[in-house]
Amino acid sequence: MIETRELTKQFKDVRAVDGIDLTVARGELVALLGPNGAGKSTTLRMLTTLIPPTSGSARVAGFDVARKQREVRLRIGYIGQGNGAGHSQRGRDELISQGRAYGLRVPAARKRADELIDSLGLGEVANRTVSTLSGGQRRRLDIAMGLIHAPELLFLDEPSTGLDPQNRANLQEHILRLRAEHGTTIVLTTHYLDEADSMAERVVVIDHGRIIADDTPQQLKAKHVGDRVILGFDSEQAAARVPDGTRDGTVVRITSDDGPRLAARLASLGPVSIEVVRPTLDDVFLTLTGRSLREDVAAPAPALLEA
Amino acid sequence: MTSLLTDTRVVFSRELRPVVRDPFSVIFSMVQPLFFLGLFAPLLPGDGSLQWFVPGIIVMSCLFGSSMTGSNLLFEIQTGSHERMLVTPLRRPALLIGRALKEIVPMLAQAVLIVAVCIPFGFRLHLGGALLGLLILAGFCIGLGALSYTLALASKNTEWLFWTVQQTLLFPLLLLAGVLLPLDDGPGWLQALSKINPMTYVVNAERALFNGEVLTRHTLAGLVAAVLVGALGLFVGVRAMQRSD
Repeated sequence: MIETRELTKQFKDVRAVDGIDLTVARGELVALLGPNGAGKSTTLRMLTTLIPPTSGSARVAGFDVARKQREVRLRIGYIGQGNGAGHSQRGRDELISQGRAYGLRVPAARKRADELIDSLGLGEVANRTVSTLSGGQRRRLDIAMGLIHAPELLFLDEPSTGLDPQNRANLQEHILRLRAEHGTTIVLTTHYLDEADSMAERVVVIDHGRIIADDTPQQLKAKHVGDRVILGFDSEQAAARVPDGTRDGTVVRITSDDGPRLAARLASLGPVSIEVVRPTLDDVFLTLTGRSLREDVAAPAPALLEA
Repeated sequence: MTSLLTDTRVVFSRELRPVVRDPFSVIFSMVQPLFFLGLFAPLLPGDGSLQWFVPGIIVMSCLFGSSMTGSNLLFEIQTGSHERMLVTPLRRPALLIGRALKEIVPMLAQAVLIVAVCIPFGFRLHLGGALLGLLILAGFCIGLGALSYTLALASKNTEWLFWTVQQTLLFPLLLLAGVLLPLDDGPGWLQALSKINPMTYVVNAERALFNGEVLTRHTLAGLVAAVLVGALGLFVGVRAMQRSD
């Protein structure tokens, strides 16, 4: 569905995307994860024909993004960071206009708009002016607009940024249902770790415009961090019976590919407490780059202080 | 299958829809010309002054509306809805042409309204000439609209640029076209500036045509000026839209 070779985007003084090789097969759900400014959105904008690559190439839905833009555009859906619907328009009107933009005739566009209004629960607000809708309603309308032509490949750029937890959960459910029902290939960018973790079966970690890891969330965690098993004993002698790990008084910490299994095995040594800590994708990012993704969210403040 | 024509129609009807849904927006956008009609026209000397003044006000109304229309695009660039259009298979020129063509509709509505308001005060309508006049004005306002969209595309990261340029150009164009007062008795340099203002020729043509004088050199000059502005606007506008990202 997607195949890029050495895909690169150079802005005036920054190399936003630096030689990305990415292959996505039909039906996959891939999350591009990385801090702000890592090059995720720029990558997406190249894949969706919004900006041309500086060098390298990308084939999307069977066509080259630089030479066959219209062919690509006909086949992909894209839900950007902003609001797709014009603020002075009504939601239903915008859906019909979108359908017409993809070559549907008016009756077909109207019918498709009705279907999407139904499935995204927009019935009560579809005839209202977009500027009066709440953030969550606008986001659902954006999704409906991106799906008007039932694309086989859907891109979402930071789909849940700015939404409250309930709306985020709603949105994730819609995306997962779309995939289950239609087998849509989905590529999304996010800097929410739990989102990448819970939704995608493949996470591509991007930093400074390069792919630094690409695997399932489970494999990423197992390969780069591993589980930690923390055993508490009632005496130091008892703690000393544990063959490996690092000992700190009566507490022993051990890293393992399979924490629960190790914990079960070590239970025979009679610890008073057993704790298995599973790594997060943030731990993966921390191991790979020495920086935390979480810190990045609050990064501007310390930067200001230093200045 | 889609073509440039069907794409243009999609963009045109999308642009028009908010106007159709809320026709009063057309009236609100023309309060300034109505002020000039109500508060300035009575100051003009002579009985025939309305006959002279009204065609200029119709052009003024078109200038105000069309030159501001880029702000809608600017807003859509900022909210993300322009990006949404760019990712559809709509042809880039259609995104500009459809928007520019839409400018004709509020222009016509405003012209009809202004004429209707003025007839009770003694304005005499020569229908044939007026229709030809509106045809010429349509070309002019397509060009103005396209230039305004071009300005919006150029100002996408600097909103102030749009308003600064638009406001700076608005009044010189208006005053140098002799909309409010005739420039015949002005100093030479003012008349020279007026002669390089394409709007001057459009205003003169409208005055002649609304008075029923069809076959005059004013008509021809106004037609040429309107076609030139229209062609220039569409040319630079389409180029700007093709580079839009």
